Amino acid sequence: MTVDMFAMQAFTGLSIFTILMLMALGLAIVFGLMGVINMAHGELMAMGAYTSYGTALFFQKFMPSLMDAYVFVGIVLAFIVTSVFGFLLERGLIRFLYRRPLDTLLATWGLSLILQQVFRQFIDAKEVEVPTVSWLKGAWQVTEGIALPLSRLFIIVLAIVTAAVVYMILFRTRAGLRIRAVTQNRVMAGAAGIDTARVDALSFAFGCGLAGIAGSSFTMLASTGPTTGQQYIVDTFIVVVFGGVESLLGTISSAFLIGQMQSWFEFGLGGSMARASILALVIAVLYFRPNGLFAAKVRR
Amino acid sequence: MLQVNQLNVYYGESHVLRNASFSVAKGETVAIMGRNGMGKSTLLKALIGILPTRGGSVSLGGRELTGTPTYTRVAAGMGFVPQGRMIFPYLTVEENILTGMEKAAEKTVPAYIYEVFPVLLEMKHRRGGNLSGGQQQQLAIARALVSNPGVLVLDEPTEGIQPSIIKDIARALNTLKAERGFSLVVSEQVLSFAMAVADRFLIIEKGEFVHEAARADADEGVIHGYLTI
Repeated sequence: MTVDMFAMQAFTGLSIFTILMLMALGLAIVFGLMGVINMAHGELMAMGAYTSYGTALFFQKFMPSLMDAYVFVGIVLAFIVTSVFGFLLERGLIRFLYRRPLDTLLATWGLSLILQQVFRQFIDAKEVEVPTVSWLKGAWQVTEGIALPLSRLFIIVLAIVTAAVVYMILFRTRAGLRIRAVTQNRVMAGAAGIDTARVDALSFAFGCGLAGIAGSSFTMLASTGPTTGQQYIVDTFIVVVFGGVESLLGTISSAFLIGQMQSWFEFGLGGSMARASILALVIAVLYFRPNGLFAAKVRR
Repeated sequence: MLQVNQLNVYYGESHVLRNASFSVAKGETVAIMGRNGMGKSTLLKALIGILPTRGGSVSLGGRELTGTPTYTRVAAGMGFVPQGRMIFPYLTVEENILTGMEKAAEKTVPAYIYEVFPVLLEMKHRRGGNLSGGQQQQLAIARALVSNPGVLVLDEPTEGIQPSIIKDIARALNTLKAERGFSLVVSEQVLSFAMAVADRFLIIEKGEFVHEAARADADEGVIHGYLTI
């Protein structure tokens, strides 16, 4: 294996890692911290992607001169749209189901089907393509054999920035402390004086907003269709469960491991075998460490 | 200060707290005594609002609290230290204390907390889940204190804690009460601890108050009789 090939494989792994991380950050809050099995999380990503698509169309039509900047507007709008949707979803549905995980699963699954149909009916039944902005076209030619696509580099940076912001919010602010207290013991958090209902709604909205950011950025790599969310949701759950719920660093490390494995196994074994071996490995790890790879050890 | 009137609690159809009425004066300590399963915890959980009540009322400093969520009661001046302590296991000791400071003006842990419980200063950056039972109890009391409660409600603070620490906790509570002037409602089975802190004793049996005594004329033998099978 040459140095160039090694570098390209490592880069592919890094790229998959950041994509998985972006997907999983939102779910790490919604499922990992809050314990809500949200089957519609994938559709929230699709919603973010469609928001980006809408923004692109708007810019193309009314502000073609600013087309280069639409990416950032699209990401921000995707966050806003999905977090507002998440807030309403929590107030209108999820909060009635906190002690009933199975019902949550069914209800959100139903919601995901409804959303898919809404996308199909009102946006487009076919996949839609977002125009690539000029500064994200092409690749960075590091050496003769190494070319790194700019859109993937952009997602790597975006994922790292997003993860850093999420970490700072969760671990360095009072709002984050509230979220962590409520998710660890909702009843006690209330008895310590925290307005749990408000914290639940806001953290759920935050997690959904992160799904929107992920979806928005994926428009740079792939087209968006009504069933796009379904393709994302499985990987997203695997990353969160493998890393260990209640652990943000676990989620990030798990995304890194799975991303790298995906890249290297695919190189050695081909696509399907790579998927199969990763899933087998995940099952084996969860058999021996049911709380995930990086679950913190404390007396409860 | 605290007024409880004809409070009733049901678990499904079973009536576990019957017409509980009592009041606590400012600065007073009331010990709710009784054997396991007699309704002590139920009463205290109903006070802070973790359990729903059917009929009856709770008010604090003239403010009606019946039917309000727990955090409203904390904001109104009720502090709660639950049975089993319920420390947030993944939060550090300092963060655990900060969760009690939602409505507090200052943003850092007040100095008196670490003076009364020096072990918490030492353990400041440890995860709450890694503390011993006695340390967790002190932490739970600290977390309730920082909301500046008018009434502190403690549910079986001595459960599963070694005797020397129990004495420390009794001493700390008396010091804090003298300094800060809050009232205390404590449920207990350990008579020596109750004798060390309480001004008045209420005995509960099968969800009803059956005996009341002020500390001056409390007969230890009688109370002991209610606590043993």
